[in-house]
Amino acid sequence: MVRVRPVLAMFLAAGVLASTAGCAFKPIEPWVKPYERERLADPVMKASLNELPGRQQDHVYVVREGSRGATGVQGGGCGCN
Amino acid sequence: MAAIKNAAKVAGLAAGAVASTSVQAVDLPEDRAETMYHLYDGGGVIAQGPALLVRKSMLDRVSLSGSWYVDAVSNASIDVVTTASKFKEVRNQGELGLDYVVRDSLIHVSGSRSVEPDYQASTLSVDLTQDVFGGMTTVLLGYSHADDKVGQHGTPGWVGTAHHWQYRLGLTQILTPRWQASANLESINDDGYLQSPYRLARVFGSYIHENAPTTRESKALKLSVTGDITPEGANNRRSLRADYRYYWDTWGIRGHTLELAYNRNLAPGWLLESTLRYYRQNHALFYSDNAPVQMLYVSRNRELATMHDFGPGVTVSYTLKSIPGKYDVKLSGSYQFIDFHYADYTKPDTGKPYSYHASVFNTVLSATF
Repeated sequence: MVRVRPVLAMFLAAGVLASTAGCAFKPIEPWVKPYERERLADPVMKASLNELPGRQQDHVYVVREGSRGATGVQGGGCGCN
Repeated sequence: MAAIKNAAKVAGLAAGAVASTSVQAVDLPEDRAETMYHLYDGGGVIAQGPALLVRKSMLDRVSLSGSWYVDAVSNASIDVVTTASKFKEVRNQGELGLDYVVRDSLIHVSGSRSVEPDYQASTLSVDLTQDVFGGMTTVLLGYSHADDKVGQHGTPGWVGTAHHWQYRLGLTQILTPRWQASANLESINDDGYLQSPYRLARVFGSYIHENAPTTRESKALKLSVTGDITPEGANNRRSLRADYRYYWDTWGIRGHTLELAYNRNLAPGWLLESTLRYYRQNHALFYSDNAPVQMLYVSRNRELATMHDFGPGVTVSYTLKSIPGKYDVKLSGSYQFIDFHYADYTKPDTGKPYSYHASVFNTVLSATF
């Protein structure tokens, strides 16, 4: 029967842990480089070309629906329904 | 004023707008000017007016903006003609904003003020947008505070005040060279006079003034994904977007909003934007069309009823003139149809559930320079 010395076992365990940790904590690099984002910057990707129509639309809904918020449009004041 | 609409209801700066354009998140907004005419016509209400916006950068670090929005309202909606009389009024809203770039951060500060004869609202907002992870991830933190004064025609002074606190958290992630996703969470807390001095509730068939709680806490979470679906080799770009928003508050309302959008370039200088939107909610705990028992809080506000709405929208934009790197001028027209249906708000004359449809139109002349 082969007996592994405790000190050797500790070195082996430390080696395994170190190699595993090396894999686990290897930083993730940004995988979409700036030069690959041309399509994302195209106007066709925007929800709206202009800013003002969003305010009208948000106002139309917020004075008629109970929900509010997380729309990304700033407004204010009273509306009318 | 026809209904309580406070600043907090509408406010919510740029969480989605800034974050959804993540690839430009820490750039200053481009210099631009917009002028718009807008019209809403539906359910006996016509709201129309002009709007202006100007944005100009200075010293490559600061961008100043100013806007003015007018709502001229003629209101003969079902609740107004049932319990009061048709009226007209004008709401003016002005806003000043400042954007400041520091390294990979964009700081936005703005203040707005909305004034109408019986309602005034002032809002102050601060937002911080930060690019991380090589620009693939954009984080947004935002806060707004608003103070409202509520008046009533024929009553001197104000009948109440309301205060609103809003907290925003946004995250946008570039997934691939063609796709990006975002999540935005907004919490809005209200305190004060949150009802309308005009609106009446119905109890045992008799009309009494509504009585709403003086506090409300709400949260909304919106998830969005946008992708470029242009086939390889095609000249005209096209994109697809899907949004879902879940809303919940302490008044017992749960709301679901689903929106799909398809954009595409039709020809050089022409852009088509099309949307399909569906919304539904259940009624607030204290909402009743005709309360069978006397309750501390009672309201017949349609906005708090069990309802849903649905409708398509289309926008067409045309570039009138463009000199790349210098300026361009665009003209756009937009039309949206909305069908509203109420499950527990009935017409007093027939007793049947109320429904109506609305048309929303705007045309914008814009220039970037």
